[in-house]
Amino acid sequence: MSLDDRVRPSSGPLPYALGAFGVALLLAGSYWGLFRAPRETFMGDVQRIMYIHVPTAWNAMLALTFAFGCALLSLWRGGWKWDARLEGALEVGVVLSALLCMQGSIWAKPTWGVWWDWDPRLTTTAVLVFAFAGILALRRLVDDPVRRATWSAVATIIAFVDVPIVYFSVKWWNSLHQLQSSPATVSSAFHLPLRVNAFGILFLMCGLIALRSRGAALRLRGELAPPPVSVVSPLGTAAALMALQAPAAEMTGQIRGGWEFVWAAYAVSAAILIGYSVSVHLRYRQERARQVREGTEAGA
Amino acid sequence: MSDTVQDVSPPAGTRANRRGRWFAIGAVAVAAVSLGVITAGGIGKNLVYYWGPTELHAAGDKAVGATIRLGGLVAPGSLKRPAAGSGLEFDVIDRPGARVHVRSTGVPPQMFRENIGVVVEGTMNRAGHFDSNRLMVSHSNEYRAPGDDPRVDVKALMKTTSGLEPETKKP
Repeated sequence: MSLDDRVRPSSGPLPYALGAFGVALLLAGSYWGLFRAPRETFMGDVQRIMYIHVPTAWNAMLALTFAFGCALLSLWRGGWKWDARLEGALEVGVVLSALLCMQGSIWAKPTWGVWWDWDPRLTTTAVLVFAFAGILALRRLVDDPVRRATWSAVATIIAFVDVPIVYFSVKWWNSLHQLQSSPATVSSAFHLPLRVNAFGILFLMCGLIALRSRGAALRLRGELAPPPVSVVSPLGTAAALMALQAPAAEMTGQIRGGWEFVWAAYAVSAAILIGYSVSVHLRYRQERARQVREGTEAGA
Repeated sequence: MSDTVQDVSPPAGTRANRRGRWFAIGAVAVAAVSLGVITAGGIGKNLVYYWGPTELHAAGDKAVGATIRLGGLVAPGSLKRPAAGSGLEFDVIDRPGARVHVRSTGVPPQMFRENIGVVVEGTMNRAGHFDSNRLMVSHSNEYRAPGDDPRVDVKALMKTTSGLEPETKKP
């Protein structure tokens, strides 16, 4: 990492356009998944959680893989843009992974019978969330931008080892979580909402990473220009209440009802994705206002 | 995300840049060694989430009395529900055909049925029965719309039910 102070945050509406397109796809895909797709033979309506859970899983892994690439480039090539992108990808990856655990937990209760168990897939995913959240904490704690860039990139490369372990955990060890599904094991009637939502979260994720990286680049410019400015901003959080399921009397092997779990999963996903998007937007605005106050017009 | 930030990369060969490269090489080396140890080093054999009936029988007396997890398929035709109380009785089988009789207390999830994967937590008693107080359903990776695929093939179920195929479970 060099001491190059020529940080040039971009401007323009591209992140917002990407995010809006992603949200539109998510609305269409979720509508199809919730109201148009047939219910699953045994899981009934509860299987509809798949249309938000599986796309979240794919994109969480993708965001962390992008963070890994940024970490490598930040160390290898240097340049603050890779450090800024690393920060954006890390934060979006952690939010998606944490959301993934919540959705999975809501899906597990009516199907497996438990909210959580320490099986290999769930344990390695929890390790993933804590490891990358720890790197975000590390970034907050280190004031020197050069050391922060170096050490958070090193930590990201090492923590990334857990991503393939999460993927292969269901193959390597006996687990409660089922093996990866494939188009062959999923009815074709379920494919459309799954794919639309996968692209929905992909576009929303790209928009969020772009905007969050831009905010990080703005802050870096402030930090690298004397006197250094430190930024503290709150992360918006949201919580949703869930209903407990009454035990069934008869044993048919099929789930009846369970819409409360479907709504809980989508409500938690919507609350976190909306809350986090608003938080990224507000923090970006705040950073830009700070830069304008200090006389360094954004994009100048 | 090419629009995010544009800056000028530091000139190649600067001291700071060379130092970053050593960090990159070191970090990748540490990551590769960790992954190699985990994949090739036999952690897959040392970390066990549950035992199948074959492994449980193989453990013999060692399995008696300890709290363990047993996983497998609910054997077809074995499910009994006593009229009184909330208990359940069924056999758990694995691919080689080993069988363990399970007595479970508590309410099972709605998905519970014969021919579905389960993971039960409890203890093996001297009589060779497994007493469980926690029953989890471990369903397969198949999701079917009604009428889409009416075949219910036990062999296929056993193949896809997580953990029932030891050959594919080991790296």
